[in-house]
Amino acid sequence: MSDLVVFWVPALVAIAATCGVVLHANASRALVYLVVSLLAVAVIFFALGAPFAAALEVVVYAGAIVVLFLFVVMMLNLGRSSVLRERRWLEPGMWVMPTVLAIVLLVVMVYVLFGASAGTKGEMVGPRAVGGALFGPYLLAVELAGFLLLAALVGAYHLGRRYLEERREAGEAGEPELG
Amino acid sequence: MAIAVPIEHVLALAAVLFLLGLAGVLARRNVIFLLMSLEVMMNAAGLAFIAAGAKWGAPDGQIMFMLILALAAAEVAVALGLVLQLSRRFDTLDVDAASEMSG
Repeated sequence: MSDLVVFWVPALVAIAATCGVVLHANASRALVYLVVSLLAVAVIFFALGAPFAAALEVVVYAGAIVVLFLFVVMMLNLGRSSVLRERRWLEPGMWVMPTVLAIVLLVVMVYVLFGASAGTKGEMVGPRAVGGALFGPYLLAVELAGFLLLAALVGAYHLGRRYLEERREAGEAGEPELG
Repeated sequence: MAIAVPIEHVLALAAVLFLLGLAGVLARRNVIFLLMSLEVMMNAAGLAFIAAGAKWGAPDGQIMFMLILALAAAEVAVALGLVLQLSRRFDTLDVDAASEMSG
């Protein structure tokens, strides 16, 4: 019973914080909600016996990816006007169909899930076991993930560099204080 | 020391988080919020993998989670570059502004 409490407290935190991400009009506050949601999921990972995945969730998701979002939000200089525009886009009528569709899918999934019965084992799978499998049978997948990250690095550099160059030129031509 | 919960509870949580992200992707128009909702969806998929790994006490679930993590990192890097391009060309973050294929 206490196991269920340990699971559902961070689970409810995660659900509430995710509602905050989806519903909030201000981008940087939604990002803070996203961090809270990811940290709650990391707690669940730890409780389920996956400490290495929990650490990666904090370091990579809550650390690197959210900081990347934050950099872009700061570069685009989203201020009060963008919050107002976002509120205008967030009229309640837009939410009806997505909510109905999501609830239908949720009902079906929960119905299917609760038909089977099994439990998690309640034992830790430590970093040693994960590392052993990662560089054993999954070595090819690790190499492919490396290719993917390299391609993303090159693509992001290319896209971002053109943005910065053109911005610099525009700054030199128009507003000297920007250059 | 880890807890033992029925796996359907964990998978139900993953389904709830995934569908919250899906509703966000369907309803929002700001591309930054779309990307955040996508992150939520991928995170929910990772949670399902972790739950399955915890059910069998195997490391494979955590490895799939790591691959999802690498995918999410790659996706967000390229997508945020595209966000910068979108805001430069159309001067807005509305995804509907980029709905035509003419370059």
